[in-house]
Amino acid sequence: MSYILDIDGVNKTFGGLQALNDVNLKIEKGETHAIIGPNGAGKSTLLNCCIGRLIPDTGSVTFNGKNMIGMNAHDINHAGMVRVFQTPEIFPDLNLLQNVMIPALAKREGTFSFNPFKTLAKEKEIHEEAMATLADFSLDTFHDKLASSISRGDKRRLELAMGLIQHPALLLLDEPTAGMARHDTNRTIDLLKSEKMSSMTKVIIEHDMHVVFSLADRISVLARGHIIATGTPDEIKNDPKVKEAYLGEGDDDE
Amino acid sequence: MTNFLKSNGVVMLIFATVVLTAPIWLAPIGASYPDLLQKFAIFGIFAIGFNILFGLTGYLSFGHATFLGVGSYTAVWAFKLLSMNVIPAILLGTAMSGVFALAIGYLSLQRSGIYFSILTLAFAQMSYSLAYSVLTPITNGETGLQLSQQDPRIIDGLFGVPVEAGLPSTHLFNISMSGLSGFYFCAVILIIAFYVSLKIFRSPFGLKLRAIKSNQTRMKYTGFNTRPYLLSSFVISGMYAGLAGSLMAVTDPLAGAERMQWTASGEVVLMTILGGAGTLVGPLLGATLIKYFENIFSALNLSELHKIFDGLPDTLENIVVAIINPFVGEGWHLMLGALFMIIVIFLPGGIMEGVSRAFKWIKRILGFDKKQPVVTSNVTPKGEEK
Repeated sequence: MSYILDIDGVNKTFGGLQALNDVNLKIEKGETHAIIGPNGAGKSTLLNCCIGRLIPDTGSVTFNGKNMIGMNAHDINHAGMVRVFQTPEIFPDLNLLQNVMIPALAKREGTFSFNPFKTLAKEKEIHEEAMATLADFSLDTFHDKLASSISRGDKRRLELAMGLIQHPALLLLDEPTAGMARHDTNRTIDLLKSEKMSSMTKVIIEHDMHVVFSLADRISVLARGHIIATGTPDEIKNDPKVKEAYLGEGDDDE
Repeated sequence: MTNFLKSNGVVMLIFATVVLTAPIWLAPIGASYPDLLQKFAIFGIFAIGFNILFGLTGYLSFGHATFLGVGSYTAVWAFKLLSMNVIPAILLGTAMSGVFALAIGYLSLQRSGIYFSILTLAFAQMSYSLAYSVLTPITNGETGLQLSQQDPRIIDGLFGVPVEAGLPSTHLFNISMSGLSGFYFCAVILIIAFYVSLKIFRSPFGLKLRAIKSNQTRMKYTGFNTRPYLLSSFVISGMYAGLAGSLMAVTDPLAGAERMQWTASGEVVLMTILGGAGTLVGPLLGATLIKYFENIFSALNLSELHKIFDGLPDTLENIVVAIINPFVGEGWHLMLGALFMIIVIFLPGGIMEGVSRAFKWIKRILGFDKKQPVVTSNVTPKGEEK
């Protein structure tokens, strides 16, 4: 199967609200797939159904041929699907280097390993890999600062670094540039387009049309819990249904 | 200075020197008698172990006295059944509390936060009532478990140790465990316990425990199953408590249910927070300070206070004594409470935060503080080029 992620007939209701209504989405290996849609369309709910935070009422989520529904968050991570959160989910009380070392350790050691007598300072490989990843994101010059003390844009990039160091088969990005200044947004776009990340399969949820059209190979439009169109950026731009549901509503397209 | 302290060898050398010379440098403040020194070491071990759970993972257990009690009971039973040598007693005491910690930890860790704390408290109170009444055949209830001349002591019997008149005393290969030699034995165990804690703090395992404290949800999405990490840390700290409990039995071979009471569980929480949770030596400092105050201030009384403030004019002396009197003797807990409040309000990081602030202050005064240039990624040339 050439599809890395296959979301098939997923439904999810919260009380009386149908958040997801028969969502079908297939992500191809190597593509950057953007999911757009107005607020409340169900974009975050869809991501949460993929990584085990929510369990869909019906339907299936198949990743690399394996059913993901009901799996633990940590097992989904080791299956190769890694999520970068909308609000930075970092370790505020640890420094930047430690923040990046933790996912690298997870990749090497699995879900649990009991090694209280190993010395962290002697983990040269992990240390070097973490420093190199921080350097890719220009965070290495202040690697010993506490993660809580850095700017919001740096936090978002730190989280990207934490996702990237695990070399996931699929990276799910929830609004990677939300709340960023234009300058930071452009840097993030460059990072995501860079050599290291361009071959990685990515699903991006994004409001900023500038980001979407600079990155996406294909775009899916989610409205009222249903996917109304999937196609290349040009197809989406010219789709009358999309214009009606989303693009026509405001001046989001900068 | 900080680089210097990165080497485990250097840290251990300083630590061992300070601990082993304690009888000398604690003499001027009247704290160098063996009973108190033993308490410092034993409660130090208890607090260092508690810190591995509370300081690293942030899970606040209100029931660690259970393991202290289990360690004591097991050690006394080892003295009764096996040998008056302390080695089997402390090994069995530590192992048995490890088993208890595994069971209680497994159940309590089904929940986190305040619910975890309440669960541990509930288990501790259950253990206390079991020890106090239900399990009287094992624990000897209210009276407490004591040695008797009729005890079998199988191993001692095999080696033909003569049965003396009167109760036998604990020993380490015939070195008596009372007085100063008892302290040195506890001190050596304390040094080993501190070394294990240092290794854990500086291991990937320790880093992961700190990451759980910082953001547990993120740990799960990073690919770690956090439950076994928390359980290992709970069991390790339970075993430290068991070790401390068995050392109590080594220095004084009897065990009572009051050791398991919730006040004892609360005390180790106070010690850890007072010293600085999550720091290496903080909990030990907290334990020492609380035990010192308990001994010094609870021994003061009205006439001694008058003696201390003798130099003041009579009216002033009476006023000062009247103010201080409720805080000493029977009321020394008031003093402890006041001290605890001052520390938590002004130094949330405990004594260790005070120490590091003092260091920074001294550095600034002496002009060692080099202002670090402010770096943010936005101004690095690398970012601009792209």
